[in-house]
Amino acid sequence: MAQITLKNLAHSYLAQPKAEADYALKEMDHVWQNGGAYALLGSSGCGKTTLLNIISGLLRPSQGRVLFGDQDVTEAETTARNIAQVFQFPVVYDTMTVRENLAFPLRNRGMDAAYIKARVGQIAAMIGMEATLDRKARGLTADAKQKISLGRGMVREDVNAILFDEPLTVIDPHMKWELRTQLKQLHREFGHTMIYVTHDQTEALTFADKVVVMYDGRVVQMGTPEELFETPAHTFVGYFIGSPGMNLLPASVQGNRAVVAGTEILLGAHYAPPKGRVQIGVRPEYATLTNGAGLPFTLRRVEDVGRHRIIRGEVAGQTVNVIAPEGMPVGVDLTHVSFMPERIGVYADDWRVTGGPV
Amino acid sequence: MDKTQNNKAWFLVLPVLVVVAFSAILPLMTVVNYSVNDTFGNNDFFWVGLEWFEEMVTSDRLHEALGRQILFSAIILAIEVPLGIYIALNMPKSGAWASLCLVLMALPLLIPFNVVGTIWQIFGRVDIGLLGHYLAEMGIDYNYTNDPIDAWITVVVMDVWHWTSLIALLCYAGLQSIPNAYYQAARVDQASRWAVFRYIELPKMQGVLLIAVLLRFMDSFMIYTEPFVVTGGGPGNSTTFLSIDLVKMAIGQFDLGPAAAFSIMYFLVILLVSWVFYTVMTHLDKEEGR
Repeated sequence: MAQITLKNLAHSYLAQPKAEADYALKEMDHVWQNGGAYALLGSSGCGKTTLLNIISGLLRPSQGRVLFGDQDVTEAETTARNIAQVFQFPVVYDTMTVRENLAFPLRNRGMDAAYIKARVGQIAAMIGMEATLDRKARGLTADAKQKISLGRGMVREDVNAILFDEPLTVIDPHMKWELRTQLKQLHREFGHTMIYVTHDQTEALTFADKVVVMYDGRVVQMGTPEELFETPAHTFVGYFIGSPGMNLLPASVQGNRAVVAGTEILLGAHYAPPKGRVQIGVRPEYATLTNGAGLPFTLRRVEDVGRHRIIRGEVAGQTVNVIAPEGMPVGVDLTHVSFMPERIGVYADDWRVTGGPV
Repeated sequence: MDKTQNNKAWFLVLPVLVVVAFSAILPLMTVVNYSVNDTFGNNDFFWVGLEWFEEMVTSDRLHEALGRQILFSAIILAIEVPLGIYIALNMPKSGAWASLCLVLMALPLLIPFNVVGTIWQIFGRVDIGLLGHYLAEMGIDYNYTNDPIDAWITVVVMDVWHWTSLIALLCYAGLQSIPNAYYQAARVDQASRWAVFRYIELPKMQGVLLIAVLLRFMDSFMIYTEPFVVTGGGPGNSTTFLSIDLVKMAIGQFDLGPAAAFSIMYFLVILLVSWVFYTVMTHLDKEEGR
């Protein structure tokens, strides 16, 4: 087990990257605490898997160093790094039985037979495959195969980290929830550093202590689920986390006031005039419809999702969503929307600007 | 809806039946006819029952040819299969080199059999052949026209040169279908090179490998043209394989009856072996689907 440090790390799939756009992974410095449960969250093609493969050594970074503890492993082979990795699609050794599959990483390290037997039994119980241990892996369902892959990833106790690359894509929803809970439990029990790549925010938020949001080859925010929700550091985080995502409106900001489409609204903090493209962002949870105060709002439609209603509409041509409690009457008199001032964030060129006290 | 009941369908399959009858069934029946009759020309046939079959089953000449044939097939399979796998494993996976390799590997497969025979016939000649001449220069006593061992070596090397590519290309196709994640998982699991071959590459190649072995077995078991061109079955009878012997018997000696009996047994042996392969393959498929 070890703390993982990434120093000036960047990667390009081109041999001679020139512009920043050539990099699949932009330069980054990050420390992943020993024993943390991290989720790497982002849409497809944002560099999550690239980052994962660099940590596991399947890929050599174009620049920068990777440290496990104090040891520089940038040039070390995967086999020397002592990590476990579970891939998106099941990888099982077809000709082996389930038991042999689970025992394979231990056997390769020359572990004692009695220990292997006990450990394989333990893992089989965890993934619920005790009954099929002596069957050939060939011909099992994709579900079962992926469980074997997960089991093989977790069978070694002394690994530096366990990396998961969207491991539950092929698993059915019920089993997904169960396996995620087990992973979490395993993490509490053994304290492995776990890095879990996913594009599913629910999966990320329920699994991880710290969620790392990636966008366009960059880590845009690393924080607890609460931090990501309340203070998104980047408009992408606001948009990606939450359902629906954060409302963004172009604005000009001066002091503790913002002007949106000619209407002035109050902010919760004092801002020096930000440079670049300025937007204000507010979560639909902190917006309410009013009959006069706030910005003029054109209602488009109302979606009832059971525990609350999502009201979709427009402010000056921009989509704005509002979450309203069940039972609140939505009438024709609700022509405006107002935001809770202390919940409004200000973004300059997509990055959050911190304000001072009013 | 009621189904129309008539025999019209027979007319629709008639063309196929006619073609098959003329291309396969009638010639085969002619052979069967020869195998149970003695003939002296003038289309005079005398019924002899299974006499030719009895003669052939107990014939030393046929036993020897069969022995040589089995030995030949065994040797070339033992060389070509491992060599083909080894080459496939070491071929570049992508890029210009991969294309170049594929073209080079495919070349021997495109050369007509008798041309292959002629190439090696000349290549191995002690007087003018590149190989034969330089072997003689180096003081190696090599002459495929009067030394049975040299003749065998020449025929085997020629077959390996001609056909190893087929196995290599089939295995290469099998290897290309393995997703990269398998190799990555193996690295994470700290598998040895041997384990990667044994548990990832070999199982994925199994299907194509079976087909390759079947093809090579059948082809080598029926080999005729190349050894006929190079050695003519000699020296003596040392490279007289089944089909060379069969042709000698049928056309050289004009023993049509025994040759027909021989043909039928030869055909049945190949059919039997192919059936065994087919059964093994479908059995494996079933296991896969289970």
